[in-house]
Amino acid sequence: MSTPSFALLANGTSIPWAGVPEWPAPELVQRTGAELERGARLCAWFGVPEVGATRLVALIAFDADNTLAVGRSAPFAGAYPSLTPSHPQAHMFEREVWESHGLRPEGHPWLKPVRRGAGGAPAMGEFFRVGGGEIHEVAVGPVHAGIIEPGHFRFQCAGEEVIHLEIALGYQHRGVENALVGGPRRATMSQIEAVAGDTTIGHATAYAWVAEALAGAEAPLRSQWLRAVALELERLANHTGDLGALANDVAFLPTASACGRIRGDFLNLTALICGNRFGRGLVRPGGCRFDLEPGRLEQLTGQLAGALSEAELAIGWLWDAASVRSRFEDAGTLHAKQATDLGMVGPAARACGIVRDARFDHPAGWHRLAQAPVAVWPGGDVLARARVRWLEVQRSGRFLREQLAAAVDGEMRAELAPAAGDTLAVALVEGWRGEVCHVALTDAGGRFRSYKIVDPSFHNWIGLAMALRGEAISNFPICNKSFNLSYCGFDL
Amino acid sequence: MTFILETLLRLAAWLLAAPLLPGIINKVKAWIAGRRGPPVLQLYYDLARLWGKGVVMSTLASPGFIVGPAVAWVALVGAALIMPLGGAGGALSFRGDVLLLVYLLALARFCTAWAALETGSAFEGMGAAREVSYAVLSEVALITAVLSLSVQTGNVTLTDMLALSVGSGAVLLAAGLFAVLLAENCRVPFDDPNTHLELTMIHEAMILDHSGPPLAVILHGASLKLLLFAVLLSQVVLPLGRLSPLAAAGALVGTVLGVTVAIGLVESLTARFAFRRVPLLLTAAFLLCLFALLLARKGGVG
Repeated sequence: MSTPSFALLANGTSIPWAGVPEWPAPELVQRTGAELERGARLCAWFGVPEVGATRLVALIAFDADNTLAVGRSAPFAGAYPSLTPSHPQAHMFEREVWESHGLRPEGHPWLKPVRRGAGGAPAMGEFFRVGGGEIHEVAVGPVHAGIIEPGHFRFQCAGEEVIHLEIALGYQHRGVENALVGGPRRATMSQIEAVAGDTTIGHATAYAWVAEALAGAEAPLRSQWLRAVALELERLANHTGDLGALANDVAFLPTASACGRIRGDFLNLTALICGNRFGRGLVRPGGCRFDLEPGRLEQLTGQLAGALSEAELAIGWLWDAASVRSRFEDAGTLHAKQATDLGMVGPAARACGIVRDARFDHPAGWHRLAQAPVAVWPGGDVLARARVRWLEVQRSGRFLREQLAAAVDGEMRAELAPAAGDTLAVALVEGWRGEVCHVALTDAGGRFRSYKIVDPSFHNWIGLAMALRGEAISNFPICNKSFNLSYCGFDL
Repeated sequence: MTFILETLLRLAAWLLAAPLLPGIINKVKAWIAGRRGPPVLQLYYDLARLWGKGVVMSTLASPGFIVGPAVAWVALVGAALIMPLGGAGGALSFRGDVLLLVYLLALARFCTAWAALETGSAFEGMGAAREVSYAVLSEVALITAVLSLSVQTGNVTLTDMLALSVGSGAVLLAAGLFAVLLAENCRVPFDDPNTHLELTMIHEAMILDHSGPPLAVILHGASLKLLLFAVLLSQVVLPLGRLSPLAAAGALVGTVLGVTVAIGLVESLTARFAFRRVPLLLTAAFLLCLFALLLARKGGVG
């Protein structure tokens, strides 16, 4: 009755729900653990409600083989053996499944809610405490001194040194995934674009790929080209803004002042394409809602060249200043082993020397035809994360210049056939923060029965907590900024 | 009668001039960054605004929460009255007044830290701990500088100590005192007066819970302290005793402005130090003052 192994599929494709192999939950855990042991990576681990029970679904990625694999458990209720003790990258997924479906991972070392406290605010839950008379506890947030999102940080400190940091999020939980069930509806696209406002293109593209895979079609090539352009523009804007913010946090004004403005220039390029600085309204299932005629294409190319050369100058000041380098070096170090174990993604993982980039590992859409080199830097400290951002600014810039000169002709949008019923579709998009993963499961009528969103922040918040261990508490802001994770993308 | 009038006049000059310095620093920073920046008189507006506001008091805080900033401010005003102004000397001048100056500064620091600890906030506790830790080092440097001036001139009265330039040691003293000035006044690279990040603050973290008039008093006291150090630094370098009163006044004002602009330039062009490196810089400042002391001992006038 049990199939020999996981069902394989490529990024941006779908598979009939019946074709996904089914095992008892302990066997799913054991098989997933065995694949992770062999170097696979857990992309998503979620529950699909059945009548009176829940199925677990595991989506894993074989990065070296450019392949994804999916498996599911038989419906059950109650407890199952936890994957976390042997594979920490599952820790947040198991907590999430426990919170939303009540499936209890036996042996999970730190089982507490992900987004809600016990009937109250997330920060009201229990926190890990370090004992001893010399230990003091510092609580920061959820209301912060800057204009940022809400989150609670609980530090256990010995003097200036952080011994342990625990991060409690969930203040922005809106129930996005539940709202998508039964869709797609008219509001669905807007909900997807608001999952994490700074990754609008990333999430919208992932959704569009899922919708297209379910319809068994592909968007016209020209629209895929425009999506790739918009995705890199989003990356440029955010990386530039973050490098400026990093400079600001060490009180290095030249870069801080310049990058704030240049980020705006990059955002304006996205606005030039679709009228919205964050790219809302651009990507739609079946294509893009806006075209880029030759006139605006030329304008975009010209303005991009200007903004890139200004960014190069302003970010160059950062590397030239010894005072800045001494702040970034050896601050918030995350080792490659830790990053692998925790399943880190995006620039945070690449700054540990790990080659992990969904555009390269799991190319779909335009990235099957055009690629930029993966930006990797060893070290795992704030400097490495800043250097990776800088490399990506340069490489995205070069990629954009090449692609803008090589536009393909054709339609921008095609009508999609109705979505296939009882089908599972998967999309991985390398957003600027890392891998954006969307998994949709349809019911018999082609409506969403379950829709799972994994923002890169969901993998990476624990990395920030680990990077802070043994670090000076005064370095928290630059460590935090070097990751710059999303609160609303995590809270959903 | 003239003494009282003169003292009041001096007092007014110190109190009114002090908030100008942070305004100039911010203008320099804005200018380097290519921004327009806040008006030079911004701190005056802020003080007026704060003075008209109410006070939010923690129910846990003792009267020290209010008394601390008040005593600190009075101590700084006292220090300002001792500080000589070129040929005019200090409003109060007596043998050993330099010791009183050092102690008044320490008293002001103690009271600010005391008020910070009143609310029991983790941030303010951290801020106070950092402030007093670095003070240990910066005070040593300051006292060594004072000692070197005293050895050089054979005097323990500020007016006489600062009347003449200290010769070859002046450059060393100026460099050492400039670092002390930056540290004592919480400027970059020691602290970042503009940061909003509680975890990295020193001085700003100590005053997070203060509001209204007490906050105004703290901010004004901080600007007074900055002016005090700028005036001290200027007089260490300038041989004001050899100039005519008018020229001396002009030179003093000019140098204080120069020091202020220099602070703005430092803040514009360097990043802030990691906390663990701060002691290195302060130790360097102490060594500079120590070498000035050795020079004074070997080749002093007296």
